Amino acid sequence: MSFSIGGITSGMGPRDALDRYGSANREDTAKFNPRVIRRLLAYLRPHGWKMAVAFVLTLGESGLTLLAPYLTKVAIDQYIEPGDMDGLWRIALVLTVAFVALFAVSAGQRYLLSWVGQNVLAKLREDLFRHLQRLHLGYHDRHIVGVTVSRVMNDVAEINELLSQGVITLIGDVIVLVGIIIIMLTMSPRLALLTFIVLPLVFLATWIFSHHARSAFRETRSKIAAVVGDLAEDISGMRAIQAFAQEKASQERFERVNLENREAYIKAMSLSFIFLPTIEILGMVATAIVLWFGGRYVIGGTVTIGVMVAFLSYVTRFFQPILEVSRLFTTFQSAMAGGEQVVRLLDTPLEITDAPGAVEMPPAAGRVEFDHVVFRYNPDAPIVINDVSFVIQPGQTVALVGPTGAGKTSIANLVTRFYDIQSGSIRIDDMDIRGVTLDSLRRQVCVVSQEPFLFSRSIEENILYGKPDATREEVEEAARQANAHDFIMAYPDGYETRIQEGGVNLSVGQRQLISIARAILTKPRILILDEATANIDTVTEVYIQQALEHLLQGRTAIVIAHRLSTVRNADWIYVLDHGSIVEQGSHGDLIDRGGLYSQLYARQFSSSN
Amino acid sequence: MTAHKAQALPSIPRTETPLLKLLWRVYGYLRPYWKQTLIAYASLFAILGLNTMIPQFLGWIIDTGVKGNQPQVLTWSVLVLLGLTVLKGVLNYYQGTMSEVASQNVAFDLRNEIQKKLTSLSFSFHDQSEAGELLSRAVQDVERIRFLTGRATVRILEGALLLVVTAIVMLVMDYRLALLVLATMPLLVYRALYFGSRFRPLSQLVQKQLAVLTTAVEQNLRGTREVKAYVQEDAEIERFGRENARWFDLSARSAQMQAVNLPLLFLIANLGYVAIILYGGRQVVQGQITIGEIIAFITYVGQLIEPVRRLGMIIPAVAIAGSAAERIFDILDTVSEVRDEPGAVSIGQIQGRVEFEHVSFSYGRKKVLNDINFRVEAGQTIALLGSTGSGKSTIISLVPRFYDPSEGRVLVDGTDVRKVTLHSLRSQIGIVMQDTTLFAGTIRENITFGNEQASEEEIIRAARAAQAHEFIIQSAQGYDTRVGERGVTLSGGQRQRLAIARALLMDPRILILDDATASVDAETEHLIQLAFQNLVRGRTTFVIAHRLSTVRNADQIIVMDKGRIQAMGTHETLLTSSRLYVEIYNRQLKRQETTA
Repeated sequence: MSFSIGGITSGMGPRDALDRYGSANREDTAKFNPRVIRRLLAYLRPHGWKMAVAFVLTLGESGLTLLAPYLTKVAIDQYIEPGDMDGLWRIALVLTVAFVALFAVSAGQRYLLSWVGQNVLAKLREDLFRHLQRLHLGYHDRHIVGVTVSRVMNDVAEINELLSQGVITLIGDVIVLVGIIIIMLTMSPRLALLTFIVLPLVFLATWIFSHHARSAFRETRSKIAAVVGDLAEDISGMRAIQAFAQEKASQERFERVNLENREAYIKAMSLSFIFLPTIEILGMVATAIVLWFGGRYVIGGTVTIGVMVAFLSYVTRFFQPILEVSRLFTTFQSAMAGGEQVVRLLDTPLEITDAPGAVEMPPAAGRVEFDHVVFRYNPDAPIVINDVSFVIQPGQTVALVGPTGAGKTSIANLVTRFYDIQSGSIRIDDMDIRGVTLDSLRRQVCVVSQEPFLFSRSIEENILYGKPDATREEVEEAARQANAHDFIMAYPDGYETRIQEGGVNLSVGQRQLISIARAILTKPRILILDEATANIDTVTEVYIQQALEHLLQGRTAIVIAHRLSTVRNADWIYVLDHGSIVEQGSHGDLIDRGGLYSQLYARQFSSSN
Repeated sequence: MTAHKAQALPSIPRTETPLLKLLWRVYGYLRPYWKQTLIAYASLFAILGLNTMIPQFLGWIIDTGVKGNQPQVLTWSVLVLLGLTVLKGVLNYYQGTMSEVASQNVAFDLRNEIQKKLTSLSFSFHDQSEAGELLSRAVQDVERIRFLTGRATVRILEGALLLVVTAIVMLVMDYRLALLVLATMPLLVYRALYFGSRFRPLSQLVQKQLAVLTTAVEQNLRGTREVKAYVQEDAEIERFGRENARWFDLSARSAQMQAVNLPLLFLIANLGYVAIILYGGRQVVQGQITIGEIIAFITYVGQLIEPVRRLGMIIPAVAIAGSAAERIFDILDTVSEVRDEPGAVSIGQIQGRVEFEHVSFSYGRKKVLNDINFRVEAGQTIALLGSTGSGKSTIISLVPRFYDPSEGRVLVDGTDVRKVTLHSLRSQIGIVMQDTTLFAGTIRENITFGNEQASEEEIIRAARAAQAHEFIIQSAQGYDTRVGERGVTLSGGQRQRLAIARALLMDPRILILDDATASVDAETEHLIQLAFQNLVRGRTTFVIAHRLSTVRNADQIIVMDKGRIQAMGTHETLLTSSRLYVEIYNRQLKRQETTA
C-alpha cells in the first residue's frame, strides 16, 4: 500500500482525460487543401480496382433503387388497371430479380468500401506509429502525449470516414438525386417542376441547421470535456480533498460543470428536434403538391394514376440524399482538419537519423570525449552547453555537479544522441557519434533516469526490455544484482506481476530498482546515471546504492549528481554553471579551491545539519 | 501489416439478458421528471396515431378525390393532410425535447451522485480503483443510461407499437393481403434480433481492441526515452503492428456483418412488396380491393422496416445499458469504510496528544501493522524510519482516519478518532508530502485550499514562511498565476513549498510531513529546509524522516520493520539499543553527515 497525499495515482491526469474524451479546442472547420487531399488519396491507390468495383456497384445500387417505383408505375398502369394478369406475373418477376440484385449490389458495395476504409485506417496508423518511433526526442518534448495519441487514433478515423464512405456515398447520392429529377421531369415535366418548388426551402433549412448545429455540438464537446476534466482532477486529487475536508466544495464545483454540460446538450438536441420535423413537413408539402395538382391532372386525364403514385414514391426518396450530403459536408470539414494534422505529423522531418555511410559502432572500450561542444535545444532557444570539452577514460566514473539549469542533463542527452549538437564533436573511442548508426551507439550507452518509465506489462517484460532474448536466469540474476529479486518474489505472481499504468503498484524506489535491473541486463559499456536517490526512503536508498555499485563496476559512467554526498566516489568531478565547466577536480581539490563547488557544498551542509 | 489468422481471435461472447431489477432501478431515476416523461410519451402515442392515419388518408384521397373525380374533396383533404403533418411535427418536437430533458437530467443526477460518492469513499477504495476506470463509469456508462432512459425507450415503444398497430390496421383493411405482408414479419424480426445479438458483442470487441491500440500508442509515447535508449523502435513497431492487424481483422468481420444486414432486411421487406403487387393486383383485377388500398398497403410495408431494424439494434443496447447500470450501482452501493458514526461529535479544539493503543491493520489478507503502541505528547516531533512497506505510511494515515485500524484504537487528546466527525478531525491535521497535488486554479486558490476565508496578509505571511513568496511574485501574475491544467508548470520544489504554505495557513495542531525534498538543487533544498523548520515549530509532528538533522532533533524516533515497531527512543538511546537503527545510521544518515 502506498500512501501519498495528492500524488497522481494513475497515469491519467485531467489533461490526458481532456485529450482523450474530446479535443475541445480543435478547429472544426478547415479550408480545402489540395495537398492534404492528394496525400491522403494516395492511400487509396493500392485499392484502385476495389474502389472501381465499389463505384460500379454504387451506380448499380442507385439505378436499381430508382427502378423499383418505375416498375410499380408500369405494373399499375399497364397491367393492374387493364387487368392483364400475365403481364403482372412478368413484372413481378422482374421486380424480384431487381430486388435480389439490389441486395447483392448494396451488400457488396458496403463491404468493399468499409474493407478499404479500415485497411487504409490501419495503414495510416501504422505509418504514423512508425514515423513517431523515428522522430527525435525534441519533437516529443514539444508535444503533449494525449494530443499525439488523438492524432493517431481520432483524426485518422475521421479521415477514413471521408475517404471510404464519403466520396462514394456522395457520388451515389448525387446520382440518385439527379436520376430522380430526370425521371420526374420525363414522366411529367409540369408536375415535376411544381414539386421542385420545395427544394430551395429544404436547402435553406439544411443550411441554417448545419450552421447552428455545428457550434452547438462543438459546445457540447467542450462541456463534456470539462466534466471529464473536473472529475479526473477530483479523482487524482481525492486524497488532498479528503485530507483538507474539501468534499463539499468539490461537489459544488462539479455540479456546476455538470449542469453546464446538461444545458449544452439539451440546447443542441433541441435544434435537431426542430430540424427533422421541418424536413418532414417540407416533404409532406411536396406530397401535397403532387396530390393536389397531380390529382387534378389525373382527373383531367393529362397524367395517369400510375405516374402520380410513382411521383409520391419519388418525392419521399428525394430528401434522404439531401440530408446525406449535408451530413457529409460536416464530415468533410472535420476530416480536413484531422487530415491536415495527420499529414503534418507524417511530414515532420526526421532530424536525427543515421548519416549516409554510417557504420556499426564496434564494442566500445568506453572512452568519451566532448570536443568544444555547443548545444541549444532549438534555434531560438538559449545556448545550454557552451564550448564544453572533456575526456573520460574507459572505466572512469565522472560526476557532473551544478545548480539546476547548468546543463548536466543536457550532457547526458547528447551522449546518447537524443539531440544533435550545433558545433564541436562528441566522440566515443575516437569515433564521432554522428558517424555511427544510432542503434549501435545506443546499444552501448544506457541511461538510468530519475523517474524511470515502466511499461504496463509484466515485471519480467520490463526487465527484458532492452534485451528481449535474455533467459529467465539472466533476468533473475540482473534482478538480484539490482536488489530487486526479493521484493519481486514477494508478489504472488512474482516476475509475471503486471505493472499498472504509471507503475502505481510499485513504490518509486521499486521502480528504480527494476529500471536498474533493466540496465544491468543490457550490459552497457557506458552508463549515464541521473542520480536517482532523491525521493526514496532510507532503507530502499541503501538498496539502490548497492545496486548502483554493481552497475558501475568496470563501466564508464557519467553521474548527474543532485546531492554532493554521492559525488565522493567519483574519479573526477566537473562543476557546471550556465552551460560551461567552471571547475573540475577531485572533491578535496575543489573544496580547497573555494569556488562554486565549495559554496554548493556549504549550502548542503547547513541544511543537512 | 501482417495477416492474422482468424482462429486466433476470441470467440464472440453472447450478450447477457438484462436484469429486470437493474432496469427497474434505472427507470426509477426518471421519477422526478415524470412530467416531462409523460408529455414525451403522450406525444409519442399521438404521433403513432397520426402515422397510422396518414397512409390511410392518402389512400382515401387517391380513391375518393382522384379516382372518384372530386376535386373539391382533393382540396380540403390535402389541406387536412398538411395540417396533420404540422401537428405531427410539433408533437415530434415535444416528444424529442421532453425525453431529452428527462434523460439528460437522469445523467446529471447520476453523475452528481457518483462524484459525491467518490468524495466520500475512503482511501482504501481509491487505492484499489483506477482513475480511468472510474471516469469511464461516470462518463461512458452514464451516457449509456442516458441513451436507455431517453431515445432507446422511446424507440422501443414506438417500434413495438407501430408494429402492432400497423398489423391490426392492415388486418382490418384486408386480412388476406395483411397476412401476406405479415408473413415476412417473423423473418424480419428474427433477422434483426439475430444481427443485434451477433453484432453488438463483435462491435464491443472492436471497441476494446481500439482501446488496446490507444493504450499502446500512449505507453509508447510516454516511454519514448526508454524506447530510444534501449533501441526498441522495431520491436515497438512490430508490437503495434500486431495489435493493429488484430483490430483490422475484427473490424473487417464487423464490416462484413454490417454490409449484409441492412440490404438483407430490405430484401425481405421488398419481397413482401412484390407479393402485395402480385396478389393485391389480382384482387384489384377481380374488383375486390381498390388501387388506393394497394398503395396504402405498400406504404405500410415501408413503415414496417424501420422499426424492425431499430429494434434489432436497440434491444442489445438495453443489455449493454444494463451492465453499465451494474457498474454504476457498484460504486453507488459501496459503503465507505470510513464514515462518521451515528452520534459522532466535533472533536473541538485539540491539543495534539496522539496515542496508538494495540493498533493492528490489515490490508486484504496482509497484516501491515502489528500491535503498535506509542504516545506522542502535544508539540512533540516523532520521526518514523524504516524501509518501504514497513508500515510508516500506514501509521500516519491512521491519524487523520484515512483508514480505520482492524484492531486497537487511535486516540487524539484521549478521544478515539472514530467517535468524532471526520471534518472536525481532519481540519486540524496538516499534511505535506513529497508529491503535492495542485488543482487547476491560481496560486492563491491553491494556498487557501481549505481556508477560503484567509486574508491577503495571512496568505503572504504563510507564503513567506514557506519560502515561496519570492518565486510567486516573480511569476507573471504573482499570486493570481494559474497553475495546473492550462497553467504554468511548477517544479517539484516549488510545489512542495506551496504545500507548506497551505499547511501553514491552515495552522493545524497535528502535522504529518515527509521531509524528503523532491529532486532540487542545493539552493532550493536549503529554502525548503528553512520552510520545514518554520512549519514544525510548536506542532505535534509525525515525520517520515530521510535526513539526519530531522532524526536528531526528533523527540522520539520509531524504527519500523515489517509492520512492527522494532525500536523506539531518541537518537542517542537507539545508537546503543537498536541494530537496525545503527545500520540505517551508518549506511545512510551518517554518510550525509560526513559528506556534508
